[in-house]
Amino acid sequence: MTISSDPKKVTKICFDRIDIPNQKSLAVARENGAYEFLPTVLKKFDADKIINEVKTSGLRGRGGAGFPTGLKWSFVPRNTGKPTYLLCNADEGEPGTFKDRDIMRFDPHLLIEGMIMAGFALDVRDAYIYIRGEFLHEANVLNEAIKEAYEANLLGENILGSGFSMNLLVHRGAGAYVCGEETALIESLEGRAGRPRFKPPFPAVEGFYKCPTVVNNVETLATVPAILKHGGAWHAAIGIPNNTGCKIFSVSGHVNKPGNYEVPMGTTLRSLIENQCGGLQHGTVPKAIIPGGSSTPWILAEHYDVPLTYDDIMKAGSFLGSGAIIVMDETADVVALTRRLSHFYAHESCGQCTPCREGTGWVERVMNRVDGGSGCEGDLKVLKEASEHMAGRTICALAEGAAAPILSMLEHFPDEVRSRLKEKSS
Amino acid sequence: MSAVENALPQFSEARLDEIKVLVARYPHARSALLPVLYMAQEDFSYLSMEVQQHVADTLGLHLMAVREVVTFYTMFREKPCGTYLLEVCTNAGCMLNGADDLVRHLCDKLDIKVGETTPDGMFTVTEVECAGACGGAPVVQINNAYHEKADAAHMDAFITEVRGKGGEA
Repeated sequence: MTISSDPKKVTKICFDRIDIPNQKSLAVARENGAYEFLPTVLKKFDADKIINEVKTSGLRGRGGAGFPTGLKWSFVPRNTGKPTYLLCNADEGEPGTFKDRDIMRFDPHLLIEGMIMAGFALDVRDAYIYIRGEFLHEANVLNEAIKEAYEANLLGENILGSGFSMNLLVHRGAGAYVCGEETALIESLEGRAGRPRFKPPFPAVEGFYKCPTVVNNVETLATVPAILKHGGAWHAAIGIPNNTGCKIFSVSGHVNKPGNYEVPMGTTLRSLIENQCGGLQHGTVPKAIIPGGSSTPWILAEHYDVPLTYDDIMKAGSFLGSGAIIVMDETADVVALTRRLSHFYAHESCGQCTPCREGTGWVERVMNRVDGGSGCEGDLKVLKEASEHMAGRTICALAEGAAAPILSMLEHFPDEVRSRLKEKSS
Repeated sequence: MSAVENALPQFSEARLDEIKVLVARYPHARSALLPVLYMAQEDFSYLSMEVQQHVADTLGLHLMAVREVVTFYTMFREKPCGTYLLEVCTNAGCMLNGADDLVRHLCDKLDIKVGETTPDGMFTVTEVECAGACGGAPVVQINNAYHEKADAAHMDAFITEVRGKGGEA
């Protein structure tokens, strides 16, 4: 790795090697530092040291919830007599999110190395990468990389003579957004429909086949090698306190250069969009921005200078989520977009909780009416009440995600929605 | 009787060996259900009830356990589709970049509705949820290969090329 040991100079962690051609091959990856520090970790570190470094680093889960990774690992009970499983969540289905795909297809060894280190800390014998079914190419790239890693004794029995053994298998999902929720992912990996489980028990105690299980996002695991090499304190000095390190933002919608951009936490939204994404397609100020994937509330231009951190985006009324920034410029039809998202949530509801199953379908039907021009004023009340009533009354957060765009549309663009009612009904 | 038996789907010996190796990678055989369904779909082109029964028998599961999974996940197909399955993402990022126009264009050009297959069995057009490639919006998956920034011209060229080859996949 070429990442600077001076945290002030660090601008990228997961994407440090991303532009190197053919980084997916083990030989090229090793020339550029992959697995360089792994022998030291396996020989000189123990579980406590690794977990403490990750705790010190301040790393928060990059899949959306932002839960401290080290803390999550410390919840895993030891010596239970049961195996502990490590599952990498590569389901990446939140609309707007496409960052993990790039790590997997361009630098799969970074993820594999992170998983070996995490597996070593958690005494894992079998680890799995649960990847969304559509990512067939990425699954193939991972399989090839894993094959090379096995051949080089980086996986399998007695890794590099350390006495530690771990298997790693890629498991494809099959098209279900809800499987990105960790307990739904576990259900799916057990060969069932992906319906989220009640918590507690949390997966750390009772997860995959009732055994202790850690589920971490791709980007989270891919950050681990740099943390262990440079130290938790090094990572904690990047970004700003409680929001440490770098973060990949997937920027899409109405920008000139959509794509993945990794920046230190605390970079402003405006700076990211104007300096890296080539600005907006039309106009100079966004109409609305979805900061953390389609399930997060929208923010408006008044927050264009918000620093991209978990805490600052929360202060602005939304969530950093997975770092999926969907930009709408002045040309965006916010009613049509909301109608489309309401279809998505209704389609993806797993159906086990009544408020979500009935609520998302109801909201979709009303949105079709409103966007289609046959809605009435009373429909707006129904949308608001149905959204508020389903959020917080279900096992998982899908219903909250379904409510977010509806409530954002009603709060921020009431005139535009009402003009739609009048526009086509008169 | 043997004629009926011959018509039933049957994994090849090589496939059964592959499944055996795969099953050993999980704590329980049931975990292999999704990957084995993918294999079945590849071998038998779609998951008919007979194929689902064969998968159930192969893994020692009840048919209903298989049905529950097949009907839950969108990538498992119970009906045949065209040689080329064109799946257009119409979720947020793609919608903001013209996905709806692209769907209309494809349907007009192929003279079918969303979800339908052309009479020659060559193309099926569907709308799908976020493909996780919003930076390349609009995205079309063609038989699971991602085509990014797939505008009308790109799709026209693809269709012309395929038709020129006589539709061989």
